[in-house]
Amino acid sequence: MTFGPSTSGLPGLGRETPPVNHFVSEARLPSPREGCPVNRELKFPDSDPATNQPGRAIATQAIPTRANASKASAAQANAAEHDGTPVGDPVIRVRGLRMSYGSGNGRADGARGVEALAGIDLELYRGEIFGFLGPNGAGKTTTVEILEGYRRPTAGEVSVLGVDPYQADRAWRSRIGVVLQESEPEAELTVEECVSLYAGYYPHARPVLETLELVGLADRPKMRCGRLSGGQRRRLDVALALIGDPEVLFLDEPTTGFDPAARRSAWEVIASLQKLGKTIFLTTHYMEEAEQLADRIQVIVAGRIVAEGTPATLGGRNVQQTIVSFTLPPGISTADLPPAAPWAVDGDKSGRIEAETTRPLPVLGALANWAQARQIDLPDLQVLRPTLEDIYLQLTQGTR
Amino acid sequence: MTTTIRRADLTVAGSQRSLPGLITHQFRHDLRCFFRNRLSVFFTLAMPVMFLVIFASVFRNGSVAVPGGVIKESVYYVPGIITYGIIAAAYMNLTVTVIRYRESGIYKRQRATPLPASAVIAARAMVGIITAFAIAVVLLAIGWAFYGASIPGRTAPAFALDIVVGAAVFCCLGFATASLVSNADAAQPVVLGLVLPLAFISGVFIPILELPRWLIDVGKVFPVHPLAAALLTAYNPHTVGSGLSWGDLGVLAAWGVAGLAFAVIRFTWLPRSR
Repeated sequence: MTFGPSTSGLPGLGRETPPVNHFVSEARLPSPREGCPVNRELKFPDSDPATNQPGRAIATQAIPTRANASKASAAQANAAEHDGTPVGDPVIRVRGLRMSYGSGNGRADGARGVEALAGIDLELYRGEIFGFLGPNGAGKTTTVEILEGYRRPTAGEVSVLGVDPYQADRAWRSRIGVVLQESEPEAELTVEECVSLYAGYYPHARPVLETLELVGLADRPKMRCGRLSGGQRRRLDVALALIGDPEVLFLDEPTTGFDPAARRSAWEVIASLQKLGKTIFLTTHYMEEAEQLADRIQVIVAGRIVAEGTPATLGGRNVQQTIVSFTLPPGISTADLPPAAPWAVDGDKSGRIEAETTRPLPVLGALANWAQARQIDLPDLQVLRPTLEDIYLQLTQGTR
Repeated sequence: MTTTIRRADLTVAGSQRSLPGLITHQFRHDLRCFFRNRLSVFFTLAMPVMFLVIFASVFRNGSVAVPGGVIKESVYYVPGIITYGIIAAAYMNLTVTVIRYRESGIYKRQRATPLPASAVIAARAMVGIITAFAIAVVLLAIGWAFYGASIPGRTAPAFALDIVVGAAVFCCLGFATASLVSNADAAQPVVLGLVLPLAFISGVFIPILELPRWLIDVGKVFPVHPLAAALLTAYNPHTVGSGLSWGDLGVLAAWGVAGLAFAVIRFTWLPRSR
């Protein structure tokens, strides 16, 4: 059973250029096919206000429509407080990022090695939460570690807060915060001591106890870090990433291994970080997490971006087919149904009748009239919209 | 990925915290971690005391030939076990801790902060040197109180210098060794496997002159021998002069420089096992 077009029919999949923007609704970004300036080619110069205008326009449009007004204005107010970077300039900008392993790590013969990233583009704007999704091994951690300055890419342009992360200095490091996928705290220190230790590294650290309160560890400042549970340890990770009061936060699968309750409270913490004006790069493979938190999403599969959008529009989710399904009462055949939709018997689900439609309301109206006229009920009637997970599975299946 | 210390890390930007301040800050926390880690305290502080008590008690009636005369065997063991204590603190504990911190991702996390590599390394080395000095003082006190062993006043400065140089050199060797071991579980066995045989053939556990000539010559190639020899020279009541043995210190320093160069080239913040 599929929702909408089959995987192979999805535009952009498996194609090399341009890998992004196909899934962004046409109103928001110009399509490369229409001959408009491709997003990729737009420059965002710091100094020239004239040429900055189109960049500004694109950037503003790319800021999430889902975000409510107060959220968006908070982000902009925060941007204005910072170093005078014009609102709308990307905080993170990546162009043609490639990463190959093996073959002696050389740039020249890099293509011969295993290609972890096959040329990706992405942009983050001030105050937004950017969700970076993909299956295990797709290149999420490689990407985030390049942005954090741990790895030197094989090719491509990377700018985080205007600096190449691999060449970055201490001043740059005091402006970012990092939650790694795996890292242990200093087991012998207490929670409070550990956070104080990291606070001491930064020129303008946040207050320790206030930060512990923010992540929900204020009730156990004297607990040894080595005795924390998995969820508490992850909260400490966030506290340590936050203590330097960074502008950009990288969260690499921050809730992996959490139980549902712990995950929900972690989401509250992350959402509250956005209220502080942080720009957040979030990798995850939980669709629900991306849907809850992210303003914009990109999906990476096998080192390529295969889709981009908001949680509502990703992969054409907003225009994909709705499925109307029910079980026919005994004695009524498919032929009796109103011809409002292409009814079919679903083989998988014990003979349920279903139809896919882009206009569910007329179908439901016809169905309701038909059933009432015959005085029958359809007690298990379902109207299903594709979930973000359905879209994600469509995007990622077959490409692994 | 190997990372050398870059200039940007050494210069102190206006708003950034000063390097001495960062080193002191990191050192205080590292030292606290040391004293709270039972394995570190046991292997660094308790084990050398155990060794001294055992060896000095077993061989309490013997005597040992040393340059210039003969001393009681229990007295001989004081500088011998101090050698072991310095190595336990500056080399073994440092190596194990560096490997543990690197493999568990603590260094990786610190790499994303403005903390420079020089502060991480200096603070860790200071813990090694301070704890080496501490165990040396404890062993000297035990030797003085129970075995009537004492350092001649004129050689005391040389003895102190030997401790500091020895500790610093073994810190360098510790960073070098840590860069070769990627498995945190293997760290303790590896350092014990390296140190114990060398201790046996360098006059730490067995009086040096009781060893066959060829074994002494093998031991002389490695850095344990010159440290033990330098400490014995300063400790030996028959020594004339200041007790400084420049030859031994020179060999030690050469090991230290080589270890430091190797460690700087191989240094990495990232876990080696992943």
